[in-house]
Amino acid sequence: MSNRPDSDMVDVPVARDTNEPLDLVRLSLDERIFVKMRGDRELKGRLHAYDQHMNLVLGDVEEVITVVDIMEGTDEEVVRLVRRNHEMLFVRGDGVILVAPPQRS
Amino acid sequence: MLFYSFFKTLVGKTVTVELKNDLSITGKLVSVDQFLNIKLDAVKVTDETKYPHMMSVKNCFIRGSVVRYVSLPPRDVDTALLQDAARKEAQAPR
Repeated sequence: MSNRPDSDMVDVPVARDTNEPLDLVRLSLDERIFVKMRGDRELKGRLHAYDQHMNLVLGDVEEVITVVDIMEGTDEEVVRLVRRNHEMLFVRGDGVILVAPPQRS
Repeated sequence: MLFYSFFKTLVGKTVTVELKNDLSITGKLVSVDQFLNIKLDAVKVTDETKYPHMMSVKNCFIRGSVVRYVSLPPRDVDTALLQDAARKEAQAPR
């Protein structure tokens, strides 16, 4: 046994331990994530890949687009949700606003 | 580089590119470059009645920056390989 009781504590924090924002995304690989996009779009899907631009590949994606229709004459706003599904989707990073990891219950 | 390499593996496959102006173009992926510019052959616009001026377009170059999504054939995507590559890329010093 080592005569330094905390020696294993010293060995643990090696190179990959640095904590930066993208680490949150890395830990979400192969999990279902929520993505908020420009243009009032929201995606939920399994994260298969990402890069520093936030380009993503998602699987089994549910997309929800919020459309606001303005009624002629009355100027009344009607909010409508358009839902679409994609089996496998590449998402360009410049449209991404935020990525949220899955809800842990 | 990850997505550049990824798209190179999909050359020859049929993909649907949705642009930021909502135009959706389906076609055979011919080539891709580091900016994720895309060349498509045998293109078909998904909503042709809305964009009749695109009917005569048979092949096209799409600037990477105007792409919103690319819908991919799921059978041609190795998700395990993709996740490993993403982890490896995250590790690499930038």
